[in-house]
Amino acid sequence: MSVFVNKESKVIFQGFTGEHASFHAQDAISIGTNVVGGVTPGKGGTTHLGLPVFDTVAEAVAATGADVSGVFVPPPFNADALMEAIDAGIKVAVTIADGIPIHDMVRLQRYRLGRDAILIGPNSPGIITPGECKVGIMPSHIYKKGNIGIVSRSGTLNYEATEQMSALGIGISTSVGIGGDPINGTDFVTVLKAFESDLETEIVVMIGEIGGPQEVAAARWAQKNMSKPIVGFVAGVSAPPGRRMGHAGAIISSESDTASAKMDTMEALGLYVARNPAHIGQTVLQAMREHGIKA
Amino acid sequence: MNIHEYQAKELLKAYDVPVPVGGVAYSDKQAAQVAEDIGGSKWVVKAQIHAGGRGKAGGVKLVHSIDEVKKTADAMIGSTLVTHQTGPEGALVHRVWVEQASHIKKEFYLGLVIDRVTQRITVVASSEGGVDIEDVAKAAPEKIIKEVVDPAIGLRDFQCRKIATGIGLKGRLMPQAVKLMKSLYRCMRDKDALQIEINPLAIVSIGEEEKLLILDAKFNFDDNALYRQRVITDMRDLAEEDPKEVEASGHGLNYIALDGNIGCIVNGAGLAMASLDAITLHGGRPANFLDVGGGASPEKVTNACRIVLQDSNVKAILVNIFAGINRCDWIALGLIQACKHLQIKVPLVVRLAGTNVEEGRKILAESGLAFITAENLDTAAAKAVAIVKETVL
Repeated sequence: MSVFVNKESKVIFQGFTGEHASFHAQDAISIGTNVVGGVTPGKGGTTHLGLPVFDTVAEAVAATGADVSGVFVPPPFNADALMEAIDAGIKVAVTIADGIPIHDMVRLQRYRLGRDAILIGPNSPGIITPGECKVGIMPSHIYKKGNIGIVSRSGTLNYEATEQMSALGIGISTSVGIGGDPINGTDFVTVLKAFESDLETEIVVMIGEIGGPQEVAAARWAQKNMSKPIVGFVAGVSAPPGRRMGHAGAIISSESDTASAKMDTMEALGLYVARNPAHIGQTVLQAMREHGIKA
Repeated sequence: MNIHEYQAKELLKAYDVPVPVGGVAYSDKQAAQVAEDIGGSKWVVKAQIHAGGRGKAGGVKLVHSIDEVKKTADAMIGSTLVTHQTGPEGALVHRVWVEQASHIKKEFYLGLVIDRVTQRITVVASSEGGVDIEDVAKAAPEKIIKEVVDPAIGLRDFQCRKIATGIGLKGRLMPQAVKLMKSLYRCMRDKDALQIEINPLAIVSIGEEEKLLILDAKFNFDDNALYRQRVITDMRDLAEEDPKEVEASGHGLNYIALDGNIGCIVNGAGLAMASLDAITLHGGRPANFLDVGGGASPEKVTNACRIVLQDSNVKAILVNIFAGINRCDWIALGLIQACKHLQIKVPLVVRLAGTNVEEGRKILAESGLAFITAENLDTAAAKAVAIVKETVL
């Protein structure tokens, strides 16, 4: 099992021959990801990293049976590349691009209606199921196989939580970065749902940020629908209101979307909450002990 | 990116949206000339700064003679306006907008936003105009009308009619309202605006006739789309922005000045926020938010150090890097370069993790420079706070 991607996934990269795609495709292959090729318009028919390059996603899918795509295309062209992936029948599209215009995302989300592809990102570190499949930019060596699912907006904070757990001997089932933009292809609830029905995941770590109603909506959903414990953290307790803290989505616009307000609500709904970003690992350990879960 | 009111009105005029007759002036003489060209006997002189709350702060004046226009413009231009949005340091007024005064019968609120829940452009309107919409939302939520737009078909006439009747725009004013809303929608979509706020939209009387007029407009544009918005990019007023933030964005860094004394250099917005939180939880005060982003070269790291050190309050710097797409060895080289070129006198607490961490740590250890290293976020924050406490005492 695991969530969204596993060792059966056939992965292509769009923007395959670029620097970052090349580096992370190699890293993905080194942890066992089944990378079957890539797409760079204009370079079809050549090979890269010993794998076939295609001009279009449709050709890549027809030739390789690919069902997952890592979209490493620059932000101005990224939404179009995602539509191409979905049109070609890709089941899970992952986009790490930071800086896709929001109106492009509004149109893309409309395009996805009635089409069942999963979209991870944008502005995401990607997704990794340790030892099986990585589609993203995370340092794969810090992710050890285990039974904790992670879902986060931020990439680096996802790494931070992973390392804290790793130091305590705790591993990861799947880690999903939904991204730091105001419009995400996949929201927290969708990922929580997937973790709830995943046999390998026993606890879920949910890492949010200031801005937007998503964390609270997810916590409310979880209270009603989840049997597995959740450990929550929300970054930005010290962020001033009205300022965009790096991520386009991270801006406090009302009293209810401050970090403290979100964590208060999570706690009131019965989630474990790490109030200090350095205590995420310890809080997971506490949840494991209280539920008799072993690493 | 934000623009001035006068730029917003010029933009709206190009979309055939009714705005008062007016012009921008950089001096008292120009202001008087604009008023004369407009004609009439009453004008409004409005200080042009990006921050809101100008009216209450004395930045909007109704005047009754050309001489008064001149005097008011003279007093405003070059003055510092302090509103509830500028902070105590206020904002310097470089220009004024002079417009024909309107006879206002009633005021409304009209906004277009991208709603995070529906992920679509949503029109928000209220019969309560000229006041803070957040206050209306709290006190009388039933007075707020919302209409979500399907991006595939755009804002339809019937939706505009629904909004118009919902806020009480009836009869001959309704077709005007429909046309105005559709133009605003087109403008928002074409220009990659994140938000348009019309407050107030007014019914004004001209003789016997009544018509709709936009008296104030605020735009916020998507920075990520500026590459395809030349007209909007040209409207950017750097004088309205923090010079350190402008310089940082030129180097591909995301910097926000805060009021503490621990400088921060972090990669990733989430970890950067969390680092500020960790400092705060240890009883320290961060001097800034700084995200070096992905793929940071040694030069970028040097620039980050320079920008952080421009703040004279900084007593120590916390560098917290969890490299994914970054490389710890490049970060380490950048820090060494920065120490050599910038003669850094404050202590640097460095925490490296992730891609190429061993190389990074080795480079720092062999540099012979006095870096204070930390293994994890908690000890890094604790060390930075402890150092600053010692220096301040």
